[in-house]
Amino acid sequence: MIGGLGHLGLQEDLSLSRVIVITSGKGGVGKTTTSASMGMGLAQKGHRTVVIDFDVGLRNLDLVLGCERRVVYDFINVINGEAHLNQALIRDKRCNKLSVLPASQTRDKDALSVEGVGQVLEELSKDHEYIICDSPAGIEHGALMAMYYADDAVVVTNPEVSSVRDSDRMLGILASKSQRAEQNREPITEYLLLSRYSPNRVVRGEMLSVADVQEILSLKMLGVIPESQSVLNASNSGIPVILDTQSDAGQAYQDMVKRYLGEELPMRFTSDKRGMFGRLFGG
Amino acid sequence: MGLLDNFRSANHGRGSASVAKERLQILVAHDRIARGRPSYLPKLEREILDLIRKYVDVDPNAVTVSYEQDERQEFLELNILLPDQSEWYQSESR
Ligand SMILES: Nc1ncnc2c1ncn2[C@@H]1O[C@H](COP(=O)(O)OP(=O)(O)O)[C@@H](O)[C@H]1O
Ligand SMILES: [Mg+2]
Repeated sequence: MIGGLGHLGLQEDLSLSRVIVITSGKGGVGKTTTSASMGMGLAQKGHRTVVIDFDVGLRNLDLVLGCERRVVYDFINVINGEAHLNQALIRDKRCNKLSVLPASQTRDKDALSVEGVGQVLEELSKDHEYIICDSPAGIEHGALMAMYYADDAVVVTNPEVSSVRDSDRMLGILASKSQRAEQNREPITEYLLLSRYSPNRVVRGEMLSVADVQEILSLKMLGVIPESQSVLNASNSGIPVILDTQSDAGQAYQDMVKRYLGEELPMRFTSDKRGMFGRLFGG
Repeated sequence: MGLLDNFRSANHGRGSASVAKERLQILVAHDRIARGRPSYLPKLEREILDLIRKYVDVDPNAVTVSYEQDERQEFLELNILLPDQSEWYQSESR
């Protein structure tokens, strides 16, 4: 279905930088929140990073990053040759190592072609260390395009049945539909990010635990992001939550970025905040 | 009330989370088996069914082809359910 691009020599050029897809299968699990925070986190560590919004038609990465009023051209304009890449890229005002390539609000998803996406990624790889692809939900064309060139995948999962199941399906797709799979190269490195986690509900036996989800999906755990009001506050004001260094979710995202870069850190925010007393009598 | 709920879930381990986990383990196992199936399987199943039906009037669901795989080999299991004898005699006597 998707043609290989070996003839364009993309494989060699892209290997200079790391392409990371943030994916899930199910919608609303926290992919865009994660893309924005991981992008900002890597950039703050000094790495030139670009985050691309693949959610054509539903663009919201620019909103989460607070740069919606600076969008002039988008990803599809670049693919169609209507704008140069540097006209469409938006440099973050808080951290100049971070750029955003916004999605189009009006276009059709099919405007994303394997060749077009490949050419944009190739050009981005010349001056970016990390290219983060914020995938749309589902397993349709847009999601396949977001993962096709990936080196790494962060599978964002919520601790509930449908999300875990869809994550597992996504693992099957990553293993068969990516360029790496088609070219019989080393498979995509897959990571699990468990988000919207409520330790007190886990204690009450109402929510799948970190261990449950990890047992079912058996992936390397990159982080556990608690369900937190700070995420909503941050997206309301167009600030990636990782910049809210006082918040639990912000700190959990900082840990996640460090783990991605190779640090070994214990998981935080996975046990009940309230003491034994609160747990017994809080209900 | 909080106290009671807590004992219920903590001591008997039957909050909805444990049900969710069991269901997921089954779902995911099924999905993974389906995913590992070679792509020719549905077509093979259909063609075998057509072939059998040239000779025996079997039910459309009478043919199942299952596929399994371990590190060393692949197994293809073909199951054909023939109509049971009583039905046979009935249809013959007609
Ligand atoms: N850890 C969290 N705690 C609370 N709300 C969250 C959390 N992560 C995401 N959300 C909220 O969930 C909604 C969906 O998040 P989003 O990142 O857009 O998901 P996706 O991109 O997977 O559709 C948003 O309203 C977001 O603010
Ligand atoms: Mg999104």
